[in-house]
Amino acid sequence: MNRAWEPVIGIECHVELKTATKMFCGCRNEFGGEPNTKTCPVCLGMPGALPVPNAKAIEQIVRTGLAFGAEIPAFSKFDRKNYFYPDMPKDYQISQYDMPLTVGGIVKYWLEDGTMKQCRLTRIHLEEDTGKSTHAGSGDGRIAGSSYSLLDFNRAGVPLMECVSEPELHSARDAVAYLESLRRTLLALEVSDVKMEEGSLRCDANVSVRVAGTTELGTKSEIKNMNSFRSVERAIASEIARQIEVLDSGGRVVQETRGWDELHGVTHPMRSKEEAHDYRYFPDPDLVPLAIARNDVERWKEKLPTLPCERFERYTGEYGLSVNAAAQLIDNIPLARYFDEVVARSENPQQSSNFVLGELSRLANETGVAVGDSNVTVEHLAELVALVQSKRINSKIAKELLARMWEGGGSPNAIVEREGLAQTSDPSAVERFVDEVLAANAAVVADYKAGKTNVLGFLVGQVMKASRGKADPALANELVKKKLSS
Amino acid sequence: MNAAEIARDVSARRVSAAEVTAATLARVQAVDGDVGAYLTLLGEIARSSAARVDERIAAGEHLALAGVPIALKDNMCLEGARTTCASKILEHWIAPYTATAVARLLEAGAIPIGKANCDEFAMGSSCENSALGVTRNPYDLARVPGGSSGGSAAAVAAGEAAIGLGSDTGGSIREPAAFCNLVGFKPTYGRVSRYGLIAFASSLDQIGPLARSVEDAALAYDIMAGYDPMDATSLDRPVERTADSLRADLAGLRVGIVREFDTKALGERSDALYREAYRDLERLGAELVDVSLPTADYGLATYYLIAPAECSSNLARFDGVRYGLRVEGADVRAMYDNTRAAGFGPEVKRRILIGTHALSSGYYDAYYVRAQKARTLIARDFERAFAQCDLIACPAASCPAFVFAAKSDPYSMYLMDYYTIPMSLAGLPALSVPCGWTVPEGGNLPLPIGLQLCAPLFGEKLLLGAAAAYERATNHALAHPAQIGTVPA
Repeated sequence: MNRAWEPVIGIECHVELKTATKMFCGCRNEFGGEPNTKTCPVCLGMPGALPVPNAKAIEQIVRTGLAFGAEIPAFSKFDRKNYFYPDMPKDYQISQYDMPLTVGGIVKYWLEDGTMKQCRLTRIHLEEDTGKSTHAGSGDGRIAGSSYSLLDFNRAGVPLMECVSEPELHSARDAVAYLESLRRTLLALEVSDVKMEEGSLRCDANVSVRVAGTTELGTKSEIKNMNSFRSVERAIASEIARQIEVLDSGGRVVQETRGWDELHGVTHPMRSKEEAHDYRYFPDPDLVPLAIARNDVERWKEKLPTLPCERFERYTGEYGLSVNAAAQLIDNIPLARYFDEVVARSENPQQSSNFVLGELSRLANETGVAVGDSNVTVEHLAELVALVQSKRINSKIAKELLARMWEGGGSPNAIVEREGLAQTSDPSAVERFVDEVLAANAAVVADYKAGKTNVLGFLVGQVMKASRGKADPALANELVKKKLSS
Repeated sequence: MNAAEIARDVSARRVSAAEVTAATLARVQAVDGDVGAYLTLLGEIARSSAARVDERIAAGEHLALAGVPIALKDNMCLEGARTTCASKILEHWIAPYTATAVARLLEAGAIPIGKANCDEFAMGSSCENSALGVTRNPYDLARVPGGSSGGSAAAVAAGEAAIGLGSDTGGSIREPAAFCNLVGFKPTYGRVSRYGLIAFASSLDQIGPLARSVEDAALAYDIMAGYDPMDATSLDRPVERTADSLRADLAGLRVGIVREFDTKALGERSDALYREAYRDLERLGAELVDVSLPTADYGLATYYLIAPAECSSNLARFDGVRYGLRVEGADVRAMYDNTRAAGFGPEVKRRILIGTHALSSGYYDAYYVRAQKARTLIARDFERAFAQCDLIACPAASCPAFVFAAKSDPYSMYLMDYYTIPMSLAGLPALSVPCGWTVPEGGNLPLPIGLQLCAPLFGEKLLLGAAAAYERATNHALAHPAQIGTVPA
């Protein structure tokens, strides 16, 4: 009889920071470029060259920790992680072992149905990236069978954030939602591009399963080589299934590192625990311990931007937006900022989001101009929302107005004033249009009276047309109905 | 000729830098076949540097080291020059940049004459660990010049340079200075930038001068010292000029004599010389006080864990991938093995092995962490001692220069640095100044010995000032009893 299993997942992310220069030297920190052009004696590990830490990178890590509510210890230090690899210039990596820059913290994330969940962080630390190896001579770019390797050190020494979660995720979908939240937050903090395809976000997953309801962790495997969120989801799901199958058939999970094979949709063994390196960590004697000034921390904390999860909770809670609408806004930070400012003025989030995600986003896509950079200021959009809300104009007029505002700017109040576009809610004025329309459409009126009530829409449309769109549609509807049934 | 005199004469245009350089290169031609101080002669670079110095002097610039010929220990980078660390693994490596300390000296008008021999990667006390050449002591060619900065010491002693640049990790400036009758000065850790000094043990390495006088050492130190944004361990604090504050006496100073450093163990003659040196300090006005460094005896053991641990990591980069020697193999691992097996000498391998072991999982706490704790205790001992005195005086080395191969077992070689290692572990400024001559048993030429003086952290001004007073009163450095062909007139 099969037991019920609970998967337990922890995620380790490596994120390249978006600083102007590398972690320990003055070379440009930019993706790509002619190989080995963004290098110097320091990042090439030349004899005698010494590292000097990039203060901006330290600030970015601490700000990231603060965004997740992590503890920022007063002291931190850099350690050397010793192992030989051709793309690692010094044959040790400057990293942090037992005194990371940030400790703890919580990543909140949401699922597609809007459920909020959270996963605690173990730590976030700072280290340097390696160079890149290109294996040649084997035809398929793999190291096996290659006859030589080319090295590019442009990436060597780029500041790298390692963000380690607690093993608190329990499905592949949770893991991806966690990653998405992490990615959104790092984008909001402007600390990284977080692009998996350019390698500025890389992640490994520690996966184990245990009997549901128990607390002791099962034996884990570490999954590598996942190149997109989709492959993270597939790889974790496949590994969970594999481990359950092993356990259900009476076997034992072996602690090992496994690689994800995208093509075949399976993980395969890379190296066992016994083959694990002894990294011989020790404090880097070229660098002095880091003292993190409390007033810097306070200043950074005060200046944190609005975070994606705060927005999500406000949008879907207080504002009553759909999960989809909230996510659309959050994933376009300038648009969300614009939206927030409109709401601050209009106090009507629903109508504001309709404009921002509807007509304005459509116009932005069409013209290639971002909403925030367009002629439609937040003040003017808030005016427009107020015009619709007070029923001074109807939605059709609003749409037209928005197109004109996009084109040439200006206050919608002023345009409505100048051109007399205000909605006609005076019953006697609308009644005149209704009478005109009913008189001119005797045959349709007869149809209605014969039971074809679906012509009502047509008649109301005619009234709107006759009023040149200004009639209050609800009033028009009401009056047409009333006249027809009298 | 001393560096200070050369700089004065070149500045006053009594002689040109080009002439000084030509004379120095001629001296090298004449004597270096015997002495073997240099691994690489920088004839071209020296001549063009001299021409530039003469132009700058003609243009009215003041250069503190105008035309002063210097020897660079071959673990310091000079752009365009072969920089070997006296190792086969870097035998043909051309440095692509210049070390900060070197750049500062050159900017002040110094002329680089050559890259001086040393123990491989500065690991040793006799220069015998050099894989690329033999250096002999100018005072007795049958003996070693000391190490690891032995080439720099020999070059200055033999008149092949006025100032030698050395690096001191556990005594590598002070011991060769003592062996070659020179002033050898290791500043406070962090005073002189390490950028461009090929690391042996990063937390201990410090560049300093070897010179014929305290004044010359002070002159070079004043130029090199000071914060360098390229070295995170360099001290960002003001440096007091030392060259103009050399003292005439020691009035009002308390000099600590370390109870645990009994000079009787050094033999009758050396014991007598050190006692005389202490009396000289007293005659100059110092008050001698008895101080204790109870943990200093653990210095050697502590040092031989920390320094190898750091070197095991520092020397990992010599892997045949990017520069230096490469010995091919079946795969990259085999290439690493072959390259490092062929490229490193036995002492370097020994220390890499010791250090790798000391850092490995399961041994780290017992060795490395414990050694760091011992290091802290040793530093505290000095703090306590300096509460009772302003300077500490003690021997600079365990014996005078010895004959080649005399210390073939590693431990007896390590013991050479018994008196210098504690100061290194504590990061303190210390120097060796000549304090007399002794004829060793079985030898027939008198050999110099050195008195070590040590000050509290950042006490360079006091240290050099006091050493200058002692030097002026005793004049040991000027006495050249061994008028052998290689010693300059």
